[in-house]
Amino acid sequence: MAQTERPNQLFRNLSAKIAAIPMIITAVVVFFGCTVWTIVYSFTKSKLLPKKIFETTDLFSIPVPEWIASDGALDIWMITGIVEKSFVGLAQYERLWSTSRWIVSIENLAIYGVCSLVFSLVIGFVLAALLDQKIRFENTFRSILLYPFALSFIVTGLVWQWLLNPEYGVQKIVRDLGFESFTFDPLYNPDIVIYGILIAGLWQGTGLIMCLMLAGLRGIDEDIWKASRVDGIPMWKTYIFVVIPMMRPVFVTTLVLIASGIVKLYDLVIAQTSGGPGIASEVPAKYVMDRMFLAQNLGQGLAASTMMLVLVLAIVIPWAYLEFGGKNKNV
Amino acid sequence: MSDQLMALDGAQGPKPKKRFSRRNIFIYGTLIVVSLYYLLPLYVMIVTSLKGMPEVRMGNIFSPPVEITFEPWVKAWAHACTGLNCDGLSRGFWNSVRITVPSVIASIAIASVNGYALANWRFKGANLFFTILIFGAFIPYQVMIYPMVIILREMGLYTKLGGLILVHTVFGMPILTLLFRNYFSSMPEELFKAARVDGAGFWRIYFKIMLPMSLPIFVVAIILQVTGIWNDFLFGVIFSKPETYPMTVQLNNIVNSVQGVKEYNVNMAATVLTGIVPLVIYFISGKLFVRGIAAGAVKG
Repeated sequence: MAQTERPNQLFRNLSAKIAAIPMIITAVVVFFGCTVWTIVYSFTKSKLLPKKIFETTDLFSIPVPEWIASDGALDIWMITGIVEKSFVGLAQYERLWSTSRWIVSIENLAIYGVCSLVFSLVIGFVLAALLDQKIRFENTFRSILLYPFALSFIVTGLVWQWLLNPEYGVQKIVRDLGFESFTFDPLYNPDIVIYGILIAGLWQGTGLIMCLMLAGLRGIDEDIWKASRVDGIPMWKTYIFVVIPMMRPVFVTTLVLIASGIVKLYDLVIAQTSGGPGIASEVPAKYVMDRMFLAQNLGQGLAASTMMLVLVLAIVIPWAYLEFGGKNKNV
Repeated sequence: MSDQLMALDGAQGPKPKKRFSRRNIFIYGTLIVVSLYYLLPLYVMIVTSLKGMPEVRMGNIFSPPVEITFEPWVKAWAHACTGLNCDGLSRGFWNSVRITVPSVIASIAIASVNGYALANWRFKGANLFFTILIFGAFIPYQVMIYPMVIILREMGLYTKLGGLILVHTVFGMPILTLLFRNYFSSMPEELFKAARVDGAGFWRIYFKIMLPMSLPIFVVAIILQVTGIWNDFLFGVIFSKPETYPMTVQLNNIVNSVQGVKEYNVNMAATVLTGIVPLVIYFISGKLFVRGIAAGAVKG
């Protein structure tokens, strides 16, 4: 009896298994397989042929991949595919870390990342706290603060490119008011270009953080507030010493979300500066794309993207470990 | 009697709040200033797009247009150039529609069935795959993009519409599956059990019970996917070609093109046009959008 039931084990719940096939394929082939492929090939000196020379006229404002504008070029070299698969060990990584473009990318990511984390958490929390004061028109305010999040990074980047345009934008307005020597041209100044991108990034993303924080605040027991009012504790103290510690999980989750989003920063840079002036606003995601698809230096691109993966894992694994008590260790 | 006593006691209830207390002025003042700051870019975008080029050069970006002209809009829609093509954003718009509609349908159909299987029809190993999937949501796309190019090339789908749809379906799967799994798990189990006792199978329960009962979550998923796919740039650049570029890619190529004189009013009109679809969805959907992004924040 038991033996006749055995073969059925595989076919039990068959519809569910069939229905889950897309998920299984995605998980195994794409998320697992592709990642492993990338890591393995980052140790080779893969290149793509035929090497096509791209006229990079003006670094500051190359439109995205002109590669394709020269009709069908992409298909040709894509079909030719990879040549040279010989393993070179860590050579790609050594080269990566001695490339100034990559170093600049990492520095930019660090500046953008830290500032964006701090500012969006602080601004997001303060706005959420203000909205949580049982005010009128809460929905209106929330809609206004959140709408940029519905826009793409490309749209965001282009709007801010226009606003920060020194000839027409904010700088000109202030100069017209009489401050002749006022300069505010972040997108054209290599030293501060990343802050220009930060302004746009914050405008787009703070609304989301505010919403998550607001949800967190609404989850706080009303009695906490009553108790602190009875004890005569000022409101700001209650926030800092009682409410914020209670909202730790919300903060941690938000932090992970922002952080893993920051590593992916790409569209915004493309739209606002295309990495310029010079290489001043390069970011890792753009470095990967340029190595892979423009410079045809696949090995470099793969090594750089593996570094991105390491960065994300450094954020996500400790979080997942804390959050799920090590349940996900097997991944 | 007791009413009279109460009245003698003096004022009852909480102290009436002054409408213009310092606290209120501070709260509303801050919120209004911040709101204005948030609205400013949208205002500048629209105002600039309604001005003629001479006016853009002369005036300042915040001043409303003296003479309203819709020419930049017409030009952005029908005549703006990218490379050799000069048929404006309209092509990108229709490409985006052709990409978004099937991608949304495919990804939601697959993810909802997945979520349903994970919530109600657990099988051995299901959780492992699900965990990989959720972890996958955090992996930067750049890590998986090149192998994806190879896979699609081998399937003959590279730079084809089908390929792009497949990519959107695959990368939309983690968050959507999570969304549906959590929703279906929160539905009363008795419902499912009763249907099982009555002899309904996997698909029958899905179509007759689960689907009709979970319309709100489908709306949330649709909002999430439409805005997400419409706003996508990275996949559009990599997995399509100039004729099939989505709107965002084409917009960027129009605005950041180095050739010719920069027409800022046309650029802004094009930017507004690209932003309109997600904005309309946002303002119509209201609270559901918030719910969607709260779940979709993972997508980053």
